Order: sequence, then C-alpha cells, then structure tokens
Amino acid sequence: MIDDQDIIIVDEPELTATERLYLPQIIDGMRTTLRHMFKKTITLQYPEQKREQRIENYRGVHRLNRDEEGRVACVACFMCQTACPAHCIHIVGTESPWDDREKYPLQFDIDELRCIYCGMCEEACPVDAIELTPEYDLVGRTRDEMILDKEKLLEVFDRTVALKPRKNPKISGYAGTGDRDGCQSAGGGQ
Amino acid sequence: MVELLKDQFWFSALMTVGIVVALLTAQAYSIYFERKISAWIQDRIGPNRVGPLGLLQPLADGGKFLLKEDIIPANVDKPLFLLAPMIAFGVAMIGFAVLPWGGNVDLDADGAVDVAAQVADPGIGLLYILGIGSLSVYGVVLGGWANNNKYAFFAAMRSTAQMLSYEIPMGMAIVVVVITAGTLRLEDIVLSQIGDGHVWNIVLHPFAFFILLVTLFAETNRTPFDLAEAEQELVGGYHTEYGALKFGMFFLGEYAHMITGSGFIVVLFLGGWHLPGVPGLQPGDVSVGAMLLKITVMAGKIAAFMFLFMWVRWTLPRFRFDQLMRLSWQGLLPISMALAGYATVLVYLGKSTSIPWALGGNIVLLALTLVISQLRQTPVTGRQTNMPAISLTSPAKAR
Repeated sequence: MIDDQDIIIVDEPELTATERLYLPQIIDGMRTTLRHMFKKTITLQYPEQKREQRIENYRGVHRLNRDEEGRVACVACFMCQTACPAHCIHIVGTESPWDDREKYPLQFDIDELRCIYCGMCEEACPVDAIELTPEYDLVGRTRDEMILDKEKLLEVFDRTVALKPRKNPKISGYAGTGDRDGCQSAGGGQ
Repeated sequence: MVELLKDQFWFSALMTVGIVVALLTAQAYSIYFERKISAWIQDRIGPNRVGPLGLLQPLADGGKFLLKEDIIPANVDKPLFLLAPMIAFGVAMIGFAVLPWGGNVDLDADGAVDVAAQVADPGIGLLYILGIGSLSVYGVVLGGWANNNKYAFFAAMRSTAQMLSYEIPMGMAIVVVVITAGTLRLEDIVLSQIGDGHVWNIVLHPFAFFILLVTLFAETNRTPFDLAEAEQELVGGYHTEYGALKFGMFFLGEYAHMITGSGFIVVLFLGGWHLPGVPGLQPGDVSVGAMLLKITVMAGKIAAFMFLFMWVRWTLPRFRFDQLMRLSWQGLLPISMALAGYATVLVYLGKSTSIPWALGGNIVLLALTLVISQLRQTPVTGRQTNMPAISLTSPAKAR
C-alpha cells in the first residue's frame, strides 16, 4: 500500500531564460543537425557489403549437423521438437540402420517462417545435432519453400561448417551421452 | 519567332510552359532532396539505388503513384474527395504566376524594353499571392472532410485553425514591406530594394522577415507546425484515405506550396533576382543573358530557402496545439502589429529607407520582446491545468 507520505512529487524543472525564448534552443539544434550532415555515414550497402557478425552467437537459419562419417547426427529424440515454443519442428523418427544409435530421423522439417529463432532447440539437443547458423538472409517465394526438410538442413550444414565449425564434433549417437545400456558414464560432451 | 515573343502575351505563354515544367521537376526533386537531407542529418546515405546517386528516384516514385490502384473508399463524399487533391495541387501551382523572375527584357537588343520576364504582372500581385495562399487551406479542409474519417477530420480542423491564426501575423509582416515599398506590385517591390540608398528589406526589417519566415512554415504545414500530418496522433493526417496519384498530388502540392512561399519571401525581403554589386543583375541589364542570370539567381535563393525548410523539418519536434496557438496569438501577432505600426511611423517621418532608423526600431522592439517574455510567467500547460491547486513541492517526510 502506498501512502501519501511515500509519494514524492517532482516539479517540472523551471525553464531557464534561454529555454523560455525557444530560439536559442532551435539554433542549437540546427547546429547539431548541420554537423551531422557532414559526418561520415555508417550505412552498409547491404547485398554488396555485409556486416561483421559474431559468428558463434548469431541465431540464424538452422542446420542439421553431420557426424564424422557424414551421417546425420540427429538421434530423433524429439527433445528439440518438445522444447520448441513455436512448434515449428516436425520429426518422424525411425529405427536406425547404424549400430551406434537406436533411432534416426526419417524426416526432419523446420518451418522457418514459424520459427522465432530463440535457440531453445539448440540448447535442448543432447547430441548437438541441431544448431543455428549465422546465415540470416533466407528468402523464398512461397511458404512451402520456407519449410526446410532434412536434406536442405544438411545442405545448410555443408554450406556453413567452414564458417562456424560444429561445437562438439566428437558427439555422435551415444558416444557423448553414455552407451546403449543407459550407463551415464561420459556425461554431456567431451 | 522573336517578333512573336516581343508580344507580352506570347512571352508569358512561353514563360508559363517553362515554369510549369521546371516546377514539376523541382517538386519531384524536392522530394528527392528531402529524403537525402533527412538521410544526411541522420548519418545515412538516402536514396542511391535508382540511377546514379539515386537521381532517378523521383521518376520511380512518380511511376509508383501512377500505377497504384486508385481507390475511392465507399463512404466518402465523392465529388469533394476528388476535388480536394486538385485544389491542393492546382492552387499551389498558380501562385507562381505573379513572381517576378527576371525583370525587364530587351529581346532584340535594340535598346528598348520589350517584355517583362514574368507570367503576369498585375498591380495587386501581392494580394493575389495572399489570396491564393489562403485558398490552399481548402485542399486540406475538403480532403479531411470528404474522407469521412474522424482522424482526417481532426487534422483538417487543426490545419484550418492553424492557417487562420498564422495568416494574421503573416499579413502584418507583409504590411511592413508594403508600407516601406509603397506598392503591391511585386516587380516594384523588388525594384524598391535596389539602387542608391536602398537595401534589401531584410536589412531594414529583420524582425518582420523572421516573422514571415515562421508564418510561412505554418502556412505550408511544415515541421514544427505540421500538426495536420501528425502521424502519431492522426493515423496519417488529412490525406489518410488517399492513395495513388491523389495522394501524390497532395504531396507535390505541399512542395509546390513551399517553393511559392520561398519565392514570395525572396521577393519581399531578399531583393528577388538582385544581388548587390553584381553586374548583369541590375535593373538596367535587360539583355536575354541577363534575364537568364536573374532567373538563376532567383532560383538559387529559392533553393536556399527550400534547404532551410528541410533542415528545420529534420531538426525540430512538432508543437503542441496550445503552444502553436499561443505562439501566434500571444507572440507573433503583437510583435508584427508593433512592427507594422513602426513602419508607418518611419514613412511618416520620411525615414523608411534609413537603415539606422529601421534597424534601431527593430532592435528596440526585440529588446522589449525579450524583457516582456522574461517577465511573463511560464505558461501553465494542459496537464497542469487539470491538477488540483496544491503545492507541487514535496511535503516533508513525516517519519
């Protein structure tokens, strides 16, 4: 509860003589804008020039990482789909043809128009298979085009891996999260 | 051809065509420079994609205005809705008819003056410009009214009140010049500022010049007086419902109005086409080359004022409505009336061209204004008027 005595009423500051005249203030302002007219511009001509980015931090288009053998690193655990606040990830998991994991994604779609680029999927992923890249100029002519499937997401990885290497390249399958028997030996990461 | 042009009628016809073409180009490029100057002030580059340096941007803009769908909303007053942009644009264009561009011209170099480089040279040129300037409020009012949109209507109402209020100090400032020059003919007003013992009116009456400048900002609805286009409060202002070329006409009309206003102030206070001491720019120079030089000088002066308009627009915030009204009725009006009164005294004493007398009076008046403005209380703003009458200082804490 706020009492009257807790309230401090602050007066509007009294105008000084020059402020009340208004004109000196105008001239001051015009001097400022005139000075800016001859300043160097900081504009970048976007498509030709591009801004320096903080590659590691930027949250742009997603990619699906490949492991060292070139396979998709995802184990179809649905963690990212569950974590996604925008519900833009759709995974169809199936039995893995490889020995080091039980499942792999048959289908992995991200609706880039629906995504809010919060990075929760990246944080949720136990095998660091999904990552956000510094690529920000994703365009398309239709909505369908903006739904990236597994192949396209892997392509994004191939495109950006030189710029931003995979965080934990050692992790694939259960190598980083424990063995198949569920023994939590290695913990998270290398 | 020259024989034909020696007739004032045909020369005026040629001038009309030339001025209309030049004016439309100038309006389009004013918009370009408006964008450029705003960009420079904000440390940006501005339009630079369409053509070299973005110089074809006005063409692209014009093309866009032409090709967009021409929407007439369902519940508008159709005739007025169509009429408003025409009035706004047309009225702004015809104001140019009486501006003196280049003095007298001797086309065939036989020593006799043939024509005046002016579309029309009526004896009441100044009244004509004032009348046309007042008509331009119709474009705004009809636009706001015909829209059937309450925000546009608010804008129109504000604009009307503003234009009416500022026309009075404007008229008073002009009266100063008229009394000093003793004529309403614009060419004669220019000539009265030229010659031995005569100086530009801005030297004699800087205060009146300043008042006319301020009122011109208000008359052309430019910042800081652009309450009719206060997007934050009024959606878009009086042209909210207009699109395509109809909006374009409002837009161009605004710039045409600015150019007319600049030309007006140049003629009244800055000697029109004259520059002191420059050969070729004196009343006696009547060759065709001198005429072109005079037109260039006049256009340059107008361009300088256009720059000032834009510079101010991107510097100053908008007035509140009560501040706007107070500035006109309690500030500019009494000062301009005093100035007009002083000008009559000067004429009575026969000192109307005496710099010490005219300037001295201006300085005394300025000092008086400063003293009075300091003595007066800071005006109570709208928010404070609704507060209960309590002490605004903080009460001592009881604890």
